[in-house]
Amino acid sequence: MTETLSRGPVTGTAVKAPAKKKPFVFDLYSTAVGKKYVMAITGLIGLGFVITHMIGNLKMYLGVVTESDGERAYDIDIYGEFLRELAVPLLPRTYLLWGLRLVLIAAVALHIHAAIGLTSINRHARAVKYQSARDYQIANFASRSMRWTGSIVAIFLVWHLADLTWGFVLPDHVVGAAYYNIDQSLSRIPVAMLYIVGNIALGIHLFHGVWSLFQSLGWNNPRFNAWRRYIAVGSAALIVAGNVSFPVAVMAGVVEYDPAAVTHPVGEENE
Amino acid sequence: MSHTLTNITLKIWRQDGPDGQGRFETHQIPQISDEASFLEMLDILNERLIEEGREAIVFDHDCREGICGTCSLMIDGQAHGPQQGAATCQLHMRTFSSGDEIVIEPWRATAFPIIKDLMVSRAPLDRIVESGGFITAPTGGAPDANLIPIPKPVSDAAMDNAACIGCGACVAACPNGAASLFTSAKLTHLNLLPQGQAERYKRAEAMVETMEDHFGSCTNHGECSSACPKEISIDAIAIMNTDYRKSKTKNRRALSRR
Amino acid sequence: MTLNLDSKVPEGPMADKWSSYVADQKLVNPSNKRKFKIIVVGTGLAGASAAASFGELGYEVESFTFHDSPRRAHSIAAQGGINAAKNYQGDGDSIHRLFYDTVKGGDFRSREANVHRLAEVSVDIIDQMVAQGVPFAREYGGLLDNRSFGGAQVSRTFYARGQTGQQLLLGAYQQLSRQIGLGNVKLWNRIEMVDVVNIDGRCAGIVTRDLMTGEVRSHAAHAVVLATGGYGNAFYLSTNAMACNATAAWRAHRRGAGFANPSYTQIHPTCIPQADEFQSKLTLMSESLRNDGRIWVPKDPDETRKAADVPEDERDYYLERIYPSFGNLAPRDVSSRAAKRAVDAGQGVGPLKNGVYLDFADAINRLGVNVIKERYGNLFDMYERITGENPYEMPMRIYPASHYTMGGLWVDYELQTTIPGLFAAGEANFSDHGANRLGASALMQGLSDGYFVLPYTIAPYLSELLNKPIPDETHEAFAAAEEEARDRYQGYLEIGGTKTPDHFHRELGKIIWDYCGMDRSQVGLEKALAEIPALHEEFKKDLRVTGDGASLNQTLEKAARVDDFFELGILMCKDALIREESCGGHFRSEHQTDEGEAMRNDDDFAHVTAWEWSGDPSNPIENREPLVYEVVEFATRSYK
Repeated sequence: MTETLSRGPVTGTAVKAPAKKKPFVFDLYSTAVGKKYVMAITGLIGLGFVITHMIGNLKMYLGVVTESDGERAYDIDIYGEFLRELAVPLLPRTYLLWGLRLVLIAAVALHIHAAIGLTSINRHARAVKYQSARDYQIANFASRSMRWTGSIVAIFLVWHLADLTWGFVLPDHVVGAAYYNIDQSLSRIPVAMLYIVGNIALGIHLFHGVWSLFQSLGWNNPRFNAWRRYIAVGSAALIVAGNVSFPVAVMAGVVEYDPAAVTHPVGEENE
Repeated sequence: MSHTLTNITLKIWRQDGPDGQGRFETHQIPQISDEASFLEMLDILNERLIEEGREAIVFDHDCREGICGTCSLMIDGQAHGPQQGAATCQLHMRTFSSGDEIVIEPWRATAFPIIKDLMVSRAPLDRIVESGGFITAPTGGAPDANLIPIPKPVSDAAMDNAACIGCGACVAACPNGAASLFTSAKLTHLNLLPQGQAERYKRAEAMVETMEDHFGSCTNHGECSSACPKEISIDAIAIMNTDYRKSKTKNRRALSRR
Repeated sequence: MTLNLDSKVPEGPMADKWSSYVADQKLVNPSNKRKFKIIVVGTGLAGASAAASFGELGYEVESFTFHDSPRRAHSIAAQGGINAAKNYQGDGDSIHRLFYDTVKGGDFRSREANVHRLAEVSVDIIDQMVAQGVPFAREYGGLLDNRSFGGAQVSRTFYARGQTGQQLLLGAYQQLSRQIGLGNVKLWNRIEMVDVVNIDGRCAGIVTRDLMTGEVRSHAAHAVVLATGGYGNAFYLSTNAMACNATAAWRAHRRGAGFANPSYTQIHPTCIPQADEFQSKLTLMSESLRNDGRIWVPKDPDETRKAADVPEDERDYYLERIYPSFGNLAPRDVSSRAAKRAVDAGQGVGPLKNGVYLDFADAINRLGVNVIKERYGNLFDMYERITGENPYEMPMRIYPASHYTMGGLWVDYELQTTIPGLFAAGEANFSDHGANRLGASALMQGLSDGYFVLPYTIAPYLSELLNKPIPDETHEAFAAAEEEARDRYQGYLEIGGTKTPDHFHRELGKIIWDYCGMDRSQVGLEKALAEIPALHEEFKKDLRVTGDGASLNQTLEKAARVDDFFELGILMCKDALIREESCGGHFRSEHQTDEGEAMRNDDDFAHVTAWEWSGDPSNPIENREPLVYEVVEFATRSYK
C-alpha cells in the first residue's frame, strides 16, 4: 500500500494475472471486507456468550433452592452442574461444554487476529497523520476506542478466567462452587472495581460493535435500520447493568455465602 | 445583506513537493465580505501573495459549484469544512465569524500523496472505477431505452448513489483512510440497476479488491457519510459487503459452468 | 480566402444523408485499426465518449486531460437535461421536429446536414446511455420521464435530477475507464496540450506540458481529436469552471485551423447574479426551473417592498406578456435580452439591482412543496447555499451570464478542421448550434460527436494513411514546437511585472462583457478592439508570475491561458463587428426591430465566418462558408 506520484500514461490497470484461488473462507479472510465479516461473526458469537453468561449469573440472586431430593444448594451452582452435564447421556459429561468453549476460544482468537490485521491495514492507509486537530462529526468515543476497549476486555477476560475459573488469583478458589467463589472474589474492593471497569469497557465495545456488525454483515434494510442502533444500545446497557450489578450486590451484602444455608457447604470434605 | 468579516487568521499547510517537508504558514485576512466563497478568499490571498512576489498557494478547484469534485481541503479538522452536504467550493464566508482562526490542511491518506501545498493526487479512485465501475455496453447496438422498465424507487436509489462526485472526502474524513463509501456508492448505483446485473458480482469482487490495494478498511465510524458533499448513506457499504461476500461464491459458480 | 471550407456534406435527401454516408464511407479493417494511433485531447462528454469508442473499435488511443481525473471535465456541471427525438410522450415529436427546432433555435446559422444528423443520432444516445446505467428520471411505471425545455413545444428532454451532465459524463467516463483498464486507451492526466504540430500538410501530433513537472514533450499520432470545450471564460465571469480555457483550440487556430463564428456566444438567462466585484465565477441555475417558475420584475423601478409583498398588478411578468405562446420558456437569447432590458430600465431586484425574480409561489400553491422539492430540490439547496436565501419562501434572483460558446473550430461534415487529421468535437467545434443553442442540446451534441459521429467519420481519413509511415516525435517540427512552448512559458516567468494573471483576466473579461456581451454595437466593438490589444501589451510588460516552471504552478498555467484569451477576445470582437446583423446570441443594437427584437440579414450573412490566422491577432483573414438550406426555409424566429 504505497503510492507514488508516477508520471506518464496509465493503462491496463485492470489487466491482472488471475490469482490462484484459495478455498472460499481463506480467500474471503485474506481481504479486509472478509476480516470484517469475521469480526462480525465472532463478535456475534461473543455477544451470544456474554448474554448467556450474564443470564446464568443472574441466578445468584435466586439464592438457595431446595431440590426434589431435599438437598439445599445455591441455584447458580446447580446451573453450573447443568452446564457440565449438557447433552448427557448422548455425550459424556463436560464434552459439549468443552465443545462450546472451543468455539468460544476460536472466536476470541479470530476476533483478535482479524482486529490486529485490520489495525495494521488502517495504520498503513494513513501513514502520515493529520497535523491539525480533527473535528469528528459522527465517529463517537465508542467507535474510535474499539482497540482500547477491546484490549481492556481482553485483559479483563484473562484476569476473570484466572480468578473465577482457574483460581490462580483467588487463594480460596473452590472448583465448582460458583457462589462461594464469587463472594470470595468480589468482596475484595479493588477486584470489584476491576470487574466494573472491565464491564463498562465491554459495554462501550458492544455499543459500537453490535451496531457495526449489521453493517459488516451487510444486514441493511430500511425497515429495520433504525432498530440497529436500539439493539446496540439495548444489548450494551443490558450487559453492563447485569454484570455490574454482581460486584455491587456482593459489596452491598445482597450476595453473601452462607454455609449454613446449604446441605453441602464448601470445605465440608475437609472437616 | 452582506457583512464584512474582519481579522481572519489562516493557518495553511505549505509543502514544496511530494517529498518536501511541510509546515503551517500563517496569513492574515484583514477584511472579507461574507458573500465571498471560501475559495474566493484564497484567491484574494493568492493575488496578494503574487503581488508581494511570493508563490501562490496551490489548491485543487474547478467548477466551484460542487459537482466536479476537484476541490478538497481539510478545514478546521473537517473534510470540505463545517458545512454539511457541501463541497469546499460551496462554502461561504458567512459560515465563519470575525476573528476566527481557520486551519487548512491537505487531505491525508497514503493513497493520496501530496503534490504541492494543499493539492493531492487521487488517482487510486480512478483505478477502482477502471477495475469494474462500469457496465459493459459498447457503443452502438443498445436496445431501446424504454425496453426495460425500472421501478422509480430503484432508479432513485441508484441515482442517490450515482450522485458521488469522486472528491475523496470520504477517504479524507475516515479515521482509517478507507474508500469504502466511494467504492460502494459506485457499486450500489450499478448493482441496483437491471442493466448492471450481468456483471454484478464480477464488478463487486474487482472493485473491492482494487480498493483494498490502496485504502484502509471500513470500521463503520460513519465519518465518510457525514463529510460527503452529496450525503451518500453508508447503507451503500452494507450493500457492498453483501455483494462482495456473494461474489466469492457466485463468481466461482459462474466460472465452473464454462 | 485561403482556407478550404468544403463542408463535404453528402448528396441526397436530407433524411438520407447520414445513413448513406455511413453506408458508403471507407472503413478500416479491424486488424488494421491497431496500426493507427489517435490522440484525444479532453475527457468531457465528447472526448471521453470518442476515446472510449475508438478504444472499443481497436484503435490505439491516447487520451489527455489537464485535470487529475477524466471525470472532472466541465460537462459534469450541466444540469438540465439532454434532448432526444424519442417521442416517448406521444406529443408529436420526431427527428424532423428536433432538427427543425434546432435550426430555428440556432437562428438559421447552422449547417442543416449536421443538425439533421444530430437529431437522428439523438435517439441512439439515450439508448446507449441507459444501457450504460445512467439513472435517468423515471415515471412510476418504470419508463423514462421527460420534461420540456426552452425553445421547444414538446417534452423531449431526458434528465437525471439536476445532475444530467454529471450522470452522462460519468457514463462516458466509465466507458473510458473500462478501456483504460483493459489497456486499449492510455490516459495522461494533469497534462495540458499546448500546441499542435503539422508536418507535410497534416496534423502530426501535439505538444504537451506536464502540469506537475513542467516537462514539455511531443506526442505523434495519425489523427488528433480536440474535445477541449468552449471559450466562455473569455468573459472572466461565466458559468464555466475556473480552468476552462481556449488554449487548445486557439493553438490549433494559430497553426492553421479556421476558427468559426467566434462572436456566437450564449448568455444563459438563469444564473445567480453577481454578489460582489471579486466574485470568481457565476453559478447557473438550470433552465428547467423555467418550467415552473415565473419571471417578473416590479413595474416600479423604485420598488422597495419584499417580493411577496408586491401586489400582482404591480408585477411585470415580462416574458409572459411579450411572448405569450412560449412565455417563460422563450429561448435563451430572447429571455436573456429581456432580462437585460428590465435591469437596464432600473427594474432590477436584489441589493445590487442586478437581477430579476424567478418566482415559484404559484407552482408551490398549485403542486405543493413536495413536488417542487422532488423536481428541483437540489437546485433550490444550491441556490440557498450560495445566496443564503430560501427560494421556497422568497423568489430566486437570476440574471444572464456567459455560459456556452456556439462558435469554435471550423469543421466539415466529418468534424475535420481545416488541418487534415485534426478533428474537433463537442463545444470546441462550431458545427451544430448556429447562432444560438437550445437548452439540453449541448450534452446531445457532445455525445453525438463522440459516440456516433467521429468513430465513423475518422475512418476515411485514416484509411488513406494505411501502411504509410508517419513522422515520430524526433521530427524537427516537434522539436521546434517544443522549444517554442518552453520559451513561451519561460517568458511569462521572466516578465517580472506587478500584476497577476487574474487581474488581467478580470480586466479583459470586463471589456469583452461590456462590448461583446448581450448587446453589441459598432462603437462599442471598435472601442474593445482598441482596448484589448492595449491591455495585451500591458500584460506582456507588467505580468507577474511567481514560482518556477519545474513544479506545479497554477499561476503560470493561468498566465498562458489568459494570453490566449486576449487574442481570442480580439477575434470575437472582430467577428461581431463585421457581422452586421442580429442573430441568436449575437445581438447588434443597430440591427433590431422597433420592438427590440433581433433582425437577421439573410441576404448578406447567411454564411459561416471562418477566420484564418495571419500572424497578427488584430488582422485575421476572413473566410466564408455559405449556408445553403435545402429543407428549412428562412423565417423570422418568433416566439410570440
